[in-house]
Amino acid sequence: MSSVATLPASTASVRIRISKDDILLRTGLVLLIGLLLLAVVFPLYTLLSKSFEDRDGEFVGLQNFREYFETPALFTSITNSLGVAISVALIVLVLAFVYAYALTRTKMPFRGLFRGIALIPILAPSLLAAISLIYWFGNQGVLKSWLFGASIYGPIGVIMASCFWVFPHALMILITALSTADARLYEAAEALRTPKWRVFWTVTLPGAKYGILSTGFIVFTLVITDFGVPKVIGGRFNVLATDVYKQVVGQQNFEMGAVVSLVLLLPALVAFIADRWVQRKQVAMLSARAVPFQPKSDPLRDRLLFVFCSIIAFIFIAMLAMAAYASFVTFWPYNLSLTLNNYDFDLMDGGGWEAYYNSIRLAIYCAVFGSGLIFLGSYLVEKARGVTWLRTILHLGAMLPLAVPGLVLGIAYIFFFNHPDNPLGFLYGTMGILVICTIVHFYTVSHLTCLTALKQLDPEFEAVSLSLKTPVWRTFRKVSLPVCLPSLLDVASYLFLNAMTTVSAVVFLYSPETMLASVAVLNMDDAGDIAPAAAMALMIVYTSAIFRMFHSLLVRTLNRRTQVWRQK
Amino acid sequence: MKKFINNISQLSRGILGLAVGLMLAIPASAETLTVYTAVEAEDLKRYAAAFNEDHPDIKIRWVRDSTGIVTAKLLAEKNNPRADIIWGLAATSLMLLQSEGMLQPYAPKGLGKLDSKFRDSANPPSWTGMDAWIAAVCVNTVEAKRYNLPTPTSWMDLTDPVYKGHLVMPNPNSSGTGFLDVSSWLQIFGERGGWQFMDNLHKNIAWYTHSGSKPCKQAARGETPIGISFAFRGAKSKAAGAPLEIVLPKEGVGWDMEATAIMKGTKKLSAAQTLADWSITKKANILYNKGYAVVAYPGVAKPVKYFPAGIQEAMIDNDFEFAAVNRRRILKEWQKRYDAKSEAK
Amino acid sequence: MSESKQTYLSIENLTKHFGEFVAVRELSLEIYDGEFICFLGPSGCGKTTLLRAIAGLDPQSSGSITQAGKNISNLPPAERDFGIVFQSYALFPNLTVFQNIAYGLENQRLPKAEIRKRVTDLLELVGMPEQTAKYPAQLSGGEQQRVALSRALATSPGLLLLDEPLSALDARVRAALRQEIRALHDRLGVTTILVTHDQEEALSMADRIVVMNHGRIEQVGTPEEIYSTPASPFVADFIGVMNFMYGEISSSGTVRIGNNSIECETVNIPEGRKVRLTVRPEDILCRADSASDQSVSANSFSVKVESLEFLGSFCRLILSGPEGFGKLKADLSTQQVHDLKVIPDVTLTAEFPSRNLRIFPESS
Repeated sequence: MSSVATLPASTASVRIRISKDDILLRTGLVLLIGLLLLAVVFPLYTLLSKSFEDRDGEFVGLQNFREYFETPALFTSITNSLGVAISVALIVLVLAFVYAYALTRTKMPFRGLFRGIALIPILAPSLLAAISLIYWFGNQGVLKSWLFGASIYGPIGVIMASCFWVFPHALMILITALSTADARLYEAAEALRTPKWRVFWTVTLPGAKYGILSTGFIVFTLVITDFGVPKVIGGRFNVLATDVYKQVVGQQNFEMGAVVSLVLLLPALVAFIADRWVQRKQVAMLSARAVPFQPKSDPLRDRLLFVFCSIIAFIFIAMLAMAAYASFVTFWPYNLSLTLNNYDFDLMDGGGWEAYYNSIRLAIYCAVFGSGLIFLGSYLVEKARGVTWLRTILHLGAMLPLAVPGLVLGIAYIFFFNHPDNPLGFLYGTMGILVICTIVHFYTVSHLTCLTALKQLDPEFEAVSLSLKTPVWRTFRKVSLPVCLPSLLDVASYLFLNAMTTVSAVVFLYSPETMLASVAVLNMDDAGDIAPAAAMALMIVYTSAIFRMFHSLLVRTLNRRTQVWRQK
Repeated sequence: MKKFINNISQLSRGILGLAVGLMLAIPASAETLTVYTAVEAEDLKRYAAAFNEDHPDIKIRWVRDSTGIVTAKLLAEKNNPRADIIWGLAATSLMLLQSEGMLQPYAPKGLGKLDSKFRDSANPPSWTGMDAWIAAVCVNTVEAKRYNLPTPTSWMDLTDPVYKGHLVMPNPNSSGTGFLDVSSWLQIFGERGGWQFMDNLHKNIAWYTHSGSKPCKQAARGETPIGISFAFRGAKSKAAGAPLEIVLPKEGVGWDMEATAIMKGTKKLSAAQTLADWSITKKANILYNKGYAVVAYPGVAKPVKYFPAGIQEAMIDNDFEFAAVNRRRILKEWQKRYDAKSEAK
Repeated sequence: MSESKQTYLSIENLTKHFGEFVAVRELSLEIYDGEFICFLGPSGCGKTTLLRAIAGLDPQSSGSITQAGKNISNLPPAERDFGIVFQSYALFPNLTVFQNIAYGLENQRLPKAEIRKRVTDLLELVGMPEQTAKYPAQLSGGEQQRVALSRALATSPGLLLLDEPLSALDARVRAALRQEIRALHDRLGVTTILVTHDQEEALSMADRIVVMNHGRIEQVGTPEEIYSTPASPFVADFIGVMNFMYGEISSSGTVRIGNNSIECETVNIPEGRKVRLTVRPEDILCRADSASDQSVSANSFSVKVESLEFLGSFCRLILSGPEGFGKLKADLSTQQVHDLKVIPDVTLTAEFPSRNLRIFPESS
């Protein structure tokens, strides 16, 4: 066995001359790494260093941390944050699992419709749920009595609203986890005359184990880093995320904001690492030879699940409908006549219709530039030859944003781009910084989507092109790009929707010219104009919904025109 | 496919052009003043329009937020200021900025015509006043009746346990109104008495809001029966049809001035001075009077609809110096005492 | 192949390591102009690594490669002259058959008409004249591989590299394509390197076979040479089916296995040295067992049939030999099995003709 023996003595190592293609790809790699350094690493570093400085920029070591940890508010916030995040994770996990089970493993009627309804919250900013809950259960709420005297302002409201907006995120992962079942396992279990409940516990649950864990982590991170919901409906219930907002926006105490956001980065980072670990396990579990599972009908089970899904879907529609109705009410609860006045945003404190147009602009820029840039990045990670270390660095850079909560990113951007010595300072307060920040915030998921699409391409395409003396960009344009187009459009759509609804990072970065609709919702609620806030949130929902429709139409047309080759 | 790719590339080229154009368009016009303000959004348009009638060559770029936030933002940007001029921010905040050496003293044309209370006493002054805004308690009569709450007549009344969970007030850290409330209580009841009062009041507070107008707007909607806010907001909500009663507590109410000041180091000094000049004209003061009962230019003030009577008498003899000098200390103390807790003790 | 052939590609002292792992070790090889050569070996033997080094896709760590008299060791793949076909076909899924084949031609800025002609000619050559407008997904595996072959040949490369091109196909198609590829090669005369782990493929297609193991060449030779005179136990074992018997030289011309002696050419291996004897199953001659017949040949022994396996044209017998011989495989025609009435537990006489025995000294 000589294969792992010492290396041969001859040391005259061969260096292949670098071709034009390689220069092109490597330049691209270096450029993108540079971009990610500027847009992720440097800002985070600035944030970190800021937490060790006082107001005058002097290094004070752990002083800020000490001061923060001595504040009595802190532990309340930490326990509140953890409590809410864990409760939501558990509740959503159970509900979304049953819902996903009904959608994937049964013959329940209207599965498509139920799926569509459950995805509604993705079209709305997280604040919508909170606003709607105020109309349902607030002090003037229609169903206030249902709370038996408890107040919606506080943990109850935060948990309910959070469950609503994270539900589709959980559902999508669980649907994927439950769709990848191997029918042969079920056939084997059936052949052994295993009772159904036992099949569920021994086959279904273990099969979805990693999906469930992953969902738990993601929901936990989403909730613990969201501040829109606790801000609107939290009342006096403080959580870490609202602490950051109060420190930075309320008091412009950036150093303390840096400290709290680092504290907030911690659970998010833990969840991120745990999720990565789980994902890796999951990959190992998937077998290419699995036979897809075909659900059989079971009248009793299907009927029960139909009732369950109907209740959830009804709640979702009720949430949306109440906000929609309230946005037309003249003066809740004293004058219930309908009016369009609440849509007259130009008279409100929140940026007016311009904010809405800005949001659309932001969403379009993010969709166009973001998807292009991210696809290019994933292409380089996957296809650049040699220089493995550069590709690894770029890939790590692309994974990093997932671990960084939006509001941490936003604050880091303030420090970095508003620094007087930063030559990029001209970006501060422009649409440009919002675009960059939003793209970075949602970079990782997009990157992974593109990477998955590219991995499905034969790895030898590039080798073939080289043998045919074709420059790499031509193969990129003629083959890689067209083949990955559906994924690319998905990424564009993902970026568009998120840019429309996101609040967490951009709330620290908008300027009067670049006020956004989602931020306007927050600000109008802040000023007490809850009906216009609902109206603006609904404008976001309508726009996102129209965009979604446009997207699926486009995809269908494109598939007919450019993806004919997929048909056998 | 080729055609499609071409279309895509044309589209993206178009969008790229658009994007670059947009980014460049903002700093393009030379005479644009960046004006920081805490004036209500619905008034800003009128202010800018009226100013532009006289000075069409100077564009205004508003940066608006709550008093506390604008103040904090200005302080945070101390080393890299972005504002050219401040038009409509609490005088206590401006005095704080003055002590930080951030303001450019300037005597606007016609300064002599202003009520002397409405200006910095130094010569030339660092800031000039516009109008005063005054604390008030908004009581929703419908809700008060429902919960059997007596109409409060004094601040002390509000500490009565009967109001427990029915009061909302602004967080002084972010809201100028919140701060003027706190600083007025410390002046009315003294340092110890003031904190004692707030300790008791805190037991009744349902939640603290970010902005100063929100408590009154929530009272107007019946989301809370009583909101501690400011008179101007109460009058407006009442005019909009809310069942409100605007109460001026008998111990007296805190107030603050909105004022104008030029930022030190602005590159557009002459334009900023033009705006400062205009901000103290009679025309400007007539505009301020649409929302504020008390304005700096004597003889301009007309009664505002639903504005509570006797407000001049209710205003305490505000010690701005005290408020400005102790701002940071007061806010820190307040945060330590009340921001922390999640449950009423 | 005759020695007078001109060298087209020469590899000298080539080493490729991935970190600590040495995939190809100080390997030298000459490939003649126009020949069809096979790199054969088990997976991980370095054959694909060698192919990719020749293409420049995974450049060697050291050593040099000369193609048509030109040192190409440092050239990037795009500047080398080769066409390549992969096991996965690597056809561009979104391009039609025509566009796939024309892909390399378009880049040479040839006139459209010329490209069209070249593509049609190639498709005719591989027997798919009417399929230009189809997409790869609409073709069978064999058809896809024909298109891949046409695409690789379109630019008339001086060297054709085939990386396990038939492994993904089913047996019937594989056999047909083997012949087609070989016929195509004979017609075009392009120097071709085929990487495969399938010895049958190598034996049936190649002019010469390079048997590789652990990054080294075990033997280079014609299929005939490789089969009948394997240069090492590895080659003997890897190519075809082989029986191994372990013993030691008792005297010149005699090997002792257990208590028996067997006569064979001992090629100057010193006495007492441990050796391995090999014999192919078809070279073991079986007769009915008769004690009186022992004198016919010195290398005859009594063996017991353990089991027999019907393999169509012949039967494979598993025999347990005398002590030290272990289990042996012997192939008999179906007729012989019938004549000898072979069933399990029957005893036969097996002869090991000296001329078919090969001897390998054990490394000490």
